[in-house]
Amino acid sequence: MNQSLLPLFEVFVRSKRGLDHKHVGSLHAEEHAQALEYARDCYTRRSEGVSLWVVKSSDIVSSQEEDAESFYDPMNDKPYRHATHYILPDEVDNM
Amino acid sequence: MSNEKNNAVANYAIALGDDALVIGQRLAEWCSHGPFLEEDLALSNVALDFIGRARMFYQYAAKVEGRGRSEDDIAYFRDAREYTNLMIFELPIGDFAFTMVRQLMLDVYSLAFLEQLQQSNDQQLSAIADKAVKEARYHLRRSAEWVIRLGDGTAESKQRAQAALDEVWGFTHELFEVHDSEVTLIEQGIAVDRAQLKSQWDSKINQVLSQATLTRPEDDWSTNGGRDGLHTEHLGQLLSELQFMQRAYPGMKW
Repeated sequence: MNQSLLPLFEVFVRSKRGLDHKHVGSLHAEEHAQALEYARDCYTRRSEGVSLWVVKSSDIVSSQEEDAESFYDPMNDKPYRHATHYILPDEVDNM
Repeated sequence: MSNEKNNAVANYAIALGDDALVIGQRLAEWCSHGPFLEEDLALSNVALDFIGRARMFYQYAAKVEGRGRSEDDIAYFRDAREYTNLMIFELPIGDFAFTMVRQLMLDVYSLAFLEQLQQSNDQQLSAIADKAVKEARYHLRRSAEWVIRLGDGTAESKQRAQAALDEVWGFTHELFEVHDSEVTLIEQGIAVDRAQLKSQWDSKINQVLSQATLTRPEDDWSTNGGRDGLHTEHLGQLLSELQFMQRAYPGMKW
């Protein structure tokens, strides 16, 4: 089987309830159901997660390098927009 | 438990361990030879599941028989004639279609078997089944999808899947033949009556084969003798690879 013919999928794992799904890598598979199974075998064998997402890489729309100036630079001098700007009580574990 | 009963239970656990170890070793042969990386990893995971299952059965057998043997002694220091796995488990991996078609036969059987073993009066066997049944469901999901994909795939994949099915079919009958050594254990509610699993196996296999557009072969030949230590010539070759290190350097650890 020629692997280059298989579509690429991006894999997201939720490591525990209450947390977000995080991108962990990508893999090749025939279709979504198989991608989910391979994600189980490649990324969650050591109890890394409680939930999996797989998304076709070609379905992801990403920003481009030339967008950086208008997309991200204006935020650099506005630290109060960051949650890290505020001091959190110790009781809040995951933010 | 009486001595006689202990021995019967130990031999039963060893036979189940042999089934698992032999197919685990077979599937491990795909490691680094899989059709592509993701499938290579998935197959190796399944292989490890079976080897883990073999360990649980051997550890229990070692404890029950009380002869001072370890799980490693049981795995590495018995010859082919003392192995009591059913023959279908030892057949060579063949091509990918054969590996997956044989796996479908075994996964449907194993799931039905383990669901019954969960009901065993023997608490330890029942606990092993509780653990193994979860991974067995996943194995079956994988092998059923692959057989459907291959059977209902290209002309070549269909031809290979059908050839694999024709080749393995005669070896499936032994899965449902109760061995003499199991009769008393079945009466005691310890062992699974494998003959009772056949109709459940048939209906699931028929369902997958029809989805895969494959033809169920005729029941015109069969083999048996695995539980008596009678095997194909392939088991000796498998064991020589599996056991080489411990035979050459007994008791070696790393």
